[in-house]
Amino acid sequence: MDSTQMLDARGLNCPLPILRTKKALNAMHSGDTLKVVATDPGSLKDMVAFCSQTGNALLSSQQAGGDFEFLIRKA
Amino acid sequence: MSITQLHSPETRPDAMPADLSSLEAWFDRRLDEKLAEREAARIPSLAIIATKGTMDMAYPPFILASTAAALGWNASIFFTFYGLELLKKDLDLKVSPLGNPAMPMKMPFGPHWLKHLNIPVPTLAAALPGFQGLATAMMTKTVKAKGVASIGELRVLCLEAGVRMVACQMTVDLFSYEKDEFIAEIEDWIGATSYLAEAKKADVCLFV
Repeated sequence: MDSTQMLDARGLNCPLPILRTKKALNAMHSGDTLKVVATDPGSLKDMVAFCSQTGNALLSSQQAGGDFEFLIRKA
Repeated sequence: MSITQLHSPETRPDAMPADLSSLEAWFDRRLDEKLAEREAARIPSLAIIATKGTMDMAYPPFILASTAAALGWNASIFFTFYGLELLKKDLDLKVSPLGNPAMPMKMPFGPHWLKHLNIPVPTLAAALPGFQGLATAMMTKTVKAKGVASIGELRVLCLEAGVRMVACQMTVDLFSYEKDEFIAEIEDWIGATSYLAEAKKADVCLFV
């Protein structure tokens, strides 16, 4: 059973949300999912670019209030 | 499996055709496939030459290098001239609007209207003693309030992510630095000749 981890990147600005995401993914297994919550508006586009370049799958990307939520499945 | 089977075009659709025009088409297709394979397996690289030692100019090299490393690229930074300040054990970077006319002077605290007001600073005022310290304190506070990492934090993140940091040997001699003033993580002390050899192969090469 693949597990989901959480990463709270709220209050952090570029490039910290991406760097923390990368670090969290490093500690995970292939197929595991990571939920990232961020407040940096730049993360909306950065997360897409990050996932497409690293081969990880961006399963969802949504705005909830002032937060941005991303669900990533590790390649 | 017999040899005839191995070489028969019926059993191996990828086998080399005999006539010239088919051979050319086959070769072009194989070349495209091989090039695409190579491109997919290639690790991009970033080479940055960092020459500035002010707080504002310390951000671009560390942000770009740490991001490149997070994307799986090979990243390196060559620190030369004032850029060596970014490798000091004790970071003491300053910023000033003097000679830096595009720098916004905004209060990091206070009511909304004040924080968004760009305070005009006459050049002569920016030259007054203590002004550089004030501007540095303001930027440090703004950086913290906006959730942007400090230079020290970004430097640690770069090192953790495997960004290669190399420093200019000539600058150390020029400015009479002692090598123990710098962090131990510096991989090598090299010259322009060595770094250019590395930068030549980089996909992205930046001079900051």
